[in-house]
Amino acid sequence: MLSRLSTWLHVRPRIALALLLAPPLAWMGVVYLGSLVSLVVQSFFHLDDFSGLVVRRFTLATYRDLFTRAHTDIVLRTVSMAAAVTVADAVLALPLGYYLARYAGPRMRAALTLAVLMPLWSSYLVRVYFWKLILAREGVVSWALARAGLTPLLDGLLSLPVVGGPSLSVSALGTFVAFVYVWLPYMVLPVAAALERVPRSCLQASADLGARPSQTFRYVTLPLALPGLAAGAIFTFSLTLGDFVVPGALGNSSLFIGQAVLAYQGTAGNVPLAAAFTVVPMALMAAYLLVARRLGAFEAL
Amino acid sequence: MTFAVRLRGVTRRFGAVTALRDVSLDVADGEYFSLLGPSGSGKTTCLRLIAGFDRPDEGTIELHGTNATGVPPYERDVNTVFQDYALFPHMTVAGNVGYGLRIRGVTRAERERRVEEALDLVRLPGVGARRPSELSGGQRQRVALARALVNRPRVLLLDEPLGALDLKLRQQMQIELTALQERLGITFLHVTHDQEEALALSDRLAVFREGRLEQVGTPAEVYERPATAFVADFVGVSNLLDGPAAEALTGSARAFTIRPEKIRMLPEAAAAAPGQCSVTGRIRDVVYLGMHTRYVVEVAEGALLTVVEQNRETTSVDVHGHRGRGVRLAWDPAHNHVLGA
Repeated sequence: MLSRLSTWLHVRPRIALALLLAPPLAWMGVVYLGSLVSLVVQSFFHLDDFSGLVVRRFTLATYRDLFTRAHTDIVLRTVSMAAAVTVADAVLALPLGYYLARYAGPRMRAALTLAVLMPLWSSYLVRVYFWKLILAREGVVSWALARAGLTPLLDGLLSLPVVGGPSLSVSALGTFVAFVYVWLPYMVLPVAAALERVPRSCLQASADLGARPSQTFRYVTLPLALPGLAAGAIFTFSLTLGDFVVPGALGNSSLFIGQAVLAYQGTAGNVPLAAAFTVVPMALMAAYLLVARRLGAFEAL
Repeated sequence: MTFAVRLRGVTRRFGAVTALRDVSLDVADGEYFSLLGPSGSGKTTCLRLIAGFDRPDEGTIELHGTNATGVPPYERDVNTVFQDYALFPHMTVAGNVGYGLRIRGVTRAERERRVEEALDLVRLPGVGARRPSELSGGQRQRVALARALVNRPRVLLLDEPLGALDLKLRQQMQIELTALQERLGITFLHVTHDQEEALALSDRLAVFREGRLEQVGTPAEVYERPATAFVADFVGVSNLLDGPAAEALTGSARAFTIRPEKIRMLPEAAAAAPGQCSVTGRIRDVVYLGMHTRYVVEVAEGALLTVVEQNRETTSVDVHGHRGRGVRLAWDPAHNHVLGA
């Protein structure tokens, strides 16, 4: 019986393929795309201020609300943070990835890859709250800077508008540090993978043709690492856009998109506005992915 | 006289392995010079040292009379054609060929002109806008050549440049390389493991073995008067006779070599012409190669001699019928080459 079924399927590969793909496609279609569609639809409803009930009728009122100053500030703040985190992670990942791909021996490479990945083994929440302790006014960073006599520098940084705050653990600066830390592995791995695929002979050819190491980096290494950087940026950028834990733990009262979504769909009960907020990172990422595809980022994933 | 390339006592070690051992070598200006040897013999290491990708542990390297031992590759007046071509995948063909000029700050108009000129030189005009990935292996090879030549180097280094090409293309490129070298008049330094290629292309060649130089000479010298048994065997096919077998033929036990094409195969009963070396034996093996046939003949004292005969009259059926037959081998003793003489 079973063998007859196998034979029947063997000569009908399309049906076999359909059976194989049905469960994951059903999941993606119903659960993922379904909720996405419902989300977008929700963003075109609006909340009746009087009754506090959602009016299920097509309107752009919620988007008008989204484009008020208070809300665009949230979007701008989140996007700037995401961009800053992405750039910082790229700057940190390039030399590390270059070392991993070019110089590290097999043992060193395994050890470093493990070191990059290991933080992902522990809970992200735990790591974020550890940063709260590290960056606290009584924490190890303040202590170390005080011992080095650099407390004025720290105070100076914290007194800056926008990025500063009462302490590192309650400031945009602290949020930035924690973000850079938690998303770094997602940047290092694709960058190292992209650099690993650059043939050594290409770099030698560049030197052979008269390019100094800095020129080789600019004209050969960096362009060839670009797909990896773009792939890593997909992660660091989108993860920062949607996160509410890090700014919740380390930020001040200024909200990020993730926090706004959390607040509006929860206590405020304004699901349409929460949905509209969610559409912002989706639209941004869609635009970014289009650009990234042109840069060949998907070949480096 | 200043030499294009001059190595003095160059040694390079990788951990416990000595890749090059006390190599001294002079390459004249405008010479087509080949570095020949089996894989792992040190020829590529030698080329990398001359290009500047690596530094010797001992010894010096001179380029055109100036010491270049510690000079980085980007300050050497040499250019390399890499074994894997090493074309930049993110640039067009024109971008690749013009790279060296761009680095040197040559103006765009001048660059475009010279790139076009270089592509013409390697007979690949009009492909400037394409990507390397859109080209065939043979075309990539030509682009790599153009990219090196466009800088007008005084020495061109070629690292197994024809290794990845099929036989027909390889033979065609060999002809083009020699023509190119004669036209440009610059020094070509060509690494290869293919002895036919080295013989066909070179003005002179150096034979490497296990990091040492075995012999340096013109193709005729290396082929006809191999300095060692290794060279005799590696460059072409050679019969090495020593001990009693040698003594029976020449009256001296000193080892000598005789090339297979110099030996004539006669019927066993036939008499050799006077003054010829002659020996009888039995055909052990027949390898039909189309144009010619290779016979392995077992002679007295158990020695095996390889003999090559043109298939002028014979067919494959004929030659396979020769297996097991008794024959007389005869050759002019002038072709005997006593090793180390």
